[in-house]
Amino acid sequence: MIGNNRHLLDLDTTSAEDIRRILDTAEGMKEISTRKIKKVPTLRGKTVVNLFFEPSTRTRTSFEIAAKRLSADAVNFTASASSTAKGETLLDTAKNLDSMAPDVVVIRHRFSGAPEILARNLDCSVVNAGDGCHQHPTQGLLDLFTVRERKGRLDGLKVSIIGDIAHSRVARSDISGFTTMGAEVFVSGPSTMIPTGIERLGVRVADSFEHALEGADVIIMLRIQLERRSGSLIPTLREYARFFGLNRERLRLARPDALVMHPGPINRGVEISSDIADGPESVILDQVENGVAVRMAVLYLLTGGSDETTD
Amino acid sequence: MKRLIKGGRILDPASGRDEILDLLIEDGRIARLEKDMKDRDGGDVFDASGLAVMPGFIDMHCHLREPGYEYKETVATGCAAAVKGGITSLMCMANTDPVNDCASVTTHILERAHEAGLAKVYPVGCLTKGMRGESLSEMGELAASGCIAVSDDGRPVPSGEIMRRAIAYAGIYGLLVIDHAEDLTIAGDGVMHEGYVSTMLGLEGIPASAAFSEVARNIALIKEFGGRIHIAHVSTAMVVGLVRRAKAEGLAVTAETCPHYFTLDHEAVIGYDTNAKVKPPLRTAEDVEAIIEGLADGAIDVIATDHAPHHADEKQVEFDLAAFGISGLETAFALTMGLVHGGRIPILQAVSKWTDAPAAVTGIRGGSLGVGEPADVVIADLDAQWRVNPEEFLSRGRNSPFAGMEVRGQVTATFVDGRLVYTREKGITGK
Repeated sequence: MIGNNRHLLDLDTTSAEDIRRILDTAEGMKEISTRKIKKVPTLRGKTVVNLFFEPSTRTRTSFEIAAKRLSADAVNFTASASSTAKGETLLDTAKNLDSMAPDVVVIRHRFSGAPEILARNLDCSVVNAGDGCHQHPTQGLLDLFTVRERKGRLDGLKVSIIGDIAHSRVARSDISGFTTMGAEVFVSGPSTMIPTGIERLGVRVADSFEHALEGADVIIMLRIQLERRSGSLIPTLREYARFFGLNRERLRLARPDALVMHPGPINRGVEISSDIADGPESVILDQVENGVAVRMAVLYLLTGGSDETTD
Repeated sequence: MKRLIKGGRILDPASGRDEILDLLIEDGRIARLEKDMKDRDGGDVFDASGLAVMPGFIDMHCHLREPGYEYKETVATGCAAAVKGGITSLMCMANTDPVNDCASVTTHILERAHEAGLAKVYPVGCLTKGMRGESLSEMGELAASGCIAVSDDGRPVPSGEIMRRAIAYAGIYGLLVIDHAEDLTIAGDGVMHEGYVSTMLGLEGIPASAAFSEVARNIALIKEFGGRIHIAHVSTAMVVGLVRRAKAEGLAVTAETCPHYFTLDHEAVIGYDTNAKVKPPLRTAEDVEAIIEGLADGAIDVIATDHAPHHADEKQVEFDLAAFGISGLETAFALTMGLVHGGRIPILQAVSKWTDAPAAVTGIRGGSLGVGEPADVVIADLDAQWRVNPEEFLSRGRNSPFAGMEVRGQVTATFVDGRLVYTREKGITGK
């Protein structure tokens, strides 16, 4: 359980206290991955099903490693190899899975709200690993963890999220998580990619990309996808890179100790220049590393663990 | 055959009556309204003391799903749900399978309605052939076989020229054109109102401008070329404003809204409740307010259900994949009474939106307790509190966002042409 929640579906409804508990637990988990034998028996006998309806290598692998380091049995169930191709509904898939008595189902789905359907119909815990344009809570948590680790705090930081906010589940989880933890969140990007009423989620829409960068402690660059809406959001990647790409010159606007983050996979030379991606400000690979620890913490807490890690 | 409805509170907007009177029905028609009538001729006596007695409601916007989608609803189940909701006349939209664009489909629906013997059914034919938006339907044949209006409801007519010609052509046969106003080039693939809730949930939005754009176009056509049009299911403040101005200019424009648009806003979708997925979508609290104002000042003439029953399987899916629509026949009256109990609209005006107003818009006989009118009568307990439980619906469609809601106002009996067809105690009481 995370607070009163049996599931982790979003960071919208996750309290600051619960977020802090997950991050604290993740600190202990991170240490496990540095051991010679990167495995503890904590979740022995527990079953974690990775139910991925969308192709994803990194997130799925991260969850799988997290489960295995805790000695849970991780099973991967991917859409292409599953019965969904034969027209089974999500509800039926859920009920079938439930009959196999898993402890946690991790779901990635292209439609927003799909994890809710599982949560309402499964006896086990459900972890959202990204649903449509809605949320990707473990990504949000690993971003919080990475920033807290580097900055020692979250409260009062200026966090700027840049890119296609409208279609980004990472943006929504980051917005929920960082605002809940007391950071000041700005969003920026081409106005075609700023969704209606985003201010109601507690963020400020920066007047310009440059304004978003000014004095920022954390810059989160989102992956840009041209294929989305074929040209009605941005004309070309070339133009996007020129006006909304993060490069050395623009980064000077931010605080000297600013962190640059990206949920990956990165488009070098589009939303982020290579020298920034590989530069000292970049914590992109830390994010990936921390992802495993955060997911270990989430799996551990949901399957009945208390705050402290046990061997 | 006589029947005396005794001691009820007569609410008859057509005559402005709101008083305790006895009502005598004779041979299926309203025969007399008087104080303390004696049941001297030994007819049946129905005690309505403490209850309201109103003209049967006219619902000018339903989907009965037959032919083609009998698993969602049939004419018979839809008519049963209707009379339970106090609706004695209803108009059913043409988006069946096959669509209602020819006499054989119209006749089929009317035969099914006759067999059911409950509510009176008035089919709406297609505006365009095959509901494809390309060429005019055979409106003469549709009118001759029993359609009283035409609409491509569910699929707006993208071509302004087709709409222009359809309005003119429908006039020849006295058919009302009902406009499902939605500019698809703006609405896109949206699944709910575009606003902070769609942003929070990560769902594709339908901007309010989608409705405005199409209604504005059609009002402009009326203004330039004449004719009349009825705007279906108004959901936005912007369209209420458009219709109000058009009426002030004297244009032949009428409008309806539905109970969900004055009861719920887009926050009802939070939690991905697919039962709150409806087209047009639930809008903002400000829109809800504007709809109620439009009902109060007459910009909106009529309340209709847009009853859109679906099978549970079509709603128990991902929000993006769920069917649009709300099963509304059995909650419409209580939700309308919500406006009355909330002090927003006087009772007679609320009843008018369901009776003489839709009668005037559609030409359907009824909607009044005037002597000589068909004895379509609804008896209701205006204060009865009950909890909406879709499992108890007579409609096959259990898709209601109002499930579990406490509401006030309940139909206790319904008469069609003087026949008692429904009572709260016994359910459907006869054909």
